[in-house]
Amino acid sequence: MDFRFDIIEYYAPQLLKGTLLTIGISLAAIVVGSALGLGVGFGKMSSVRALRWPVSAYINFFRGTPLILQVLIVHFILIPPILGTTNGVVAAIAALGLNCAAYTAEIYRAGIQSIDAGQREAAYSLGLTRRQAMRFVILPQAVKRMIPAFGNEFIVLIKDSSLVAWIAVPELMYWSNAMKGQYLRVWEPYLTAALIYFILTYSLSKLLGYIERRV
Amino acid sequence: METSPLIQMNGITKSYGSNVVLRDIDLAVRRQEVVVVIGPSGSGKSTLLRCMNLLERPDGGDVRIKGQSLTAKGVDIAAVRAEVGMVFQRFNLFPHMSVLDNVMLAPVQVRKRPPEEAKAKALALLAKVGLTEKADAKPESLSGGQAQRVAIARALAMEPEILLFDEPTSALDPEMVGEVLAVMKTLAAEGMTMVVVTHEMGFAREVGDRLLFMEQGAIVEEGVPREMFESPRQERTKLFLSKVL
Ligand SMILES: Nc1ncnc2c1ncn2[C@@H]1O[C@H](COP(=O)(O)OP(=O)(O)O)[C@@H](O)[C@H]1O
Ligand SMILES: [Mg+2]
Repeated sequence: MDFRFDIIEYYAPQLLKGTLLTIGISLAAIVVGSALGLGVGFGKMSSVRALRWPVSAYINFFRGTPLILQVLIVHFILIPPILGTTNGVVAAIAALGLNCAAYTAEIYRAGIQSIDAGQREAAYSLGLTRRQAMRFVILPQAVKRMIPAFGNEFIVLIKDSSLVAWIAVPELMYWSNAMKGQYLRVWEPYLTAALIYFILTYSLSKLLGYIERRV
Repeated sequence: METSPLIQMNGITKSYGSNVVLRDIDLAVRRQEVVVVIGPSGSGKSTLLRCMNLLERPDGGDVRIKGQSLTAKGVDIAAVRAEVGMVFQRFNLFPHMSVLDNVMLAPVQVRKRPPEEAKAKALALLAKVGLTEKADAKPESLSGGQAQRVAIARALAMEPEILLFDEPTSALDPEMVGEVLAVMKTLAAEGMTMVVVTHEMGFAREVGDRLLFMEQGAIVEEGVPREMFESPRQERTKLFLSKVL
């Protein structure tokens, strides 16, 4: 079999641009998803029924339907009325972020509820308010336990970001598809993309392992 | 003696589902009094204590601290709790903070004390419980007895009107019980108002001004500890004491 390194070399600038966009979109979606997930997670734990119900519906929808459909819905249905036009990158970040929030919400909830009730009680008995107890006592302990789950979620997100090639966002998957179309070859574009995704997720998991040991 | 009690409980009831845990409890604790609560497991001792700082909300009845009702609407629960310290069986130290930060947290965040002032006060309290050298240690490195003494210092840092102890020595190895009881004795001698749930009958006899015997959510008998130990009036008290003494 002849493996044509020359076409990879020729496509390197596009693949690099694509990789950077993949990283950018993933990072933005992680930020959006983590911040939104905190709100969603607290909503799920709320004692107010009227708040819990829509939050549960949100979580169930994003966990229970294919991500590719969520991407298409956000891109073609949600974003145009807001921006007045379609915008692939915005839709990609929004869809991946909304999806990520549904998962991080559960991570926050599980992490917070894993902290012994005695911690909260001790904080309350000292006169801390609910907010202070959460901020100074519960969250610092919970976050540490959440790190592995967040790591998994972020790795899944990087891989899933390849789906936004469907809405023509020029990230890594998009360019490897383009490469395949131009040369009518499959090995070079797909193996190269696979290797790059692997490097991204592997470095992230190493980084998270390091952070987990440090905190 | 002051006329109005520090804590006044009237007709307190509490149930979990169909399990009636407190049945119409009346109790007044005077300033500087040490009230010891004994009784079999599940009799409602912890629940009674936890109603005094609203970790549990009573279903019925009224709790007053210095005459102010805790159960009335619109009460700032956190502000009330700041005046009522609690020491738990399992210590409940904050494991992600140093010993010093455990003691300083509430004075700085709740009382808004300047950190320097709170630190000086915290160090003085750690000295009082004999743990100056552990100020920078993490709770996980402490023995049970040390951890409980830190927990007492942490509660004292808020300068509470009253301290509640829920079986403070029950989770300790026997050789560490003494060091915690010694701190509690000192506090009692200094005039701290205390309600102590315990199985340490020696402590009850020596330090307690009043002994309450609880069973099935009711105060069956109360009196001066020495008298109750020697001549309990109720059969049920007699039976319980014969098992634990
Ligand atoms: N949060 C709770 N939910 C349900 N039942 C409880 C709860 N806390 C205590 N109980 C029940 O209330 C009763 C009294 O408990 P407790 O006050 O802890 O007794 P004690 O401290 O005397 O052992 C027990 O039957 C216990 O199972
Ligand atoms: Mg108990």
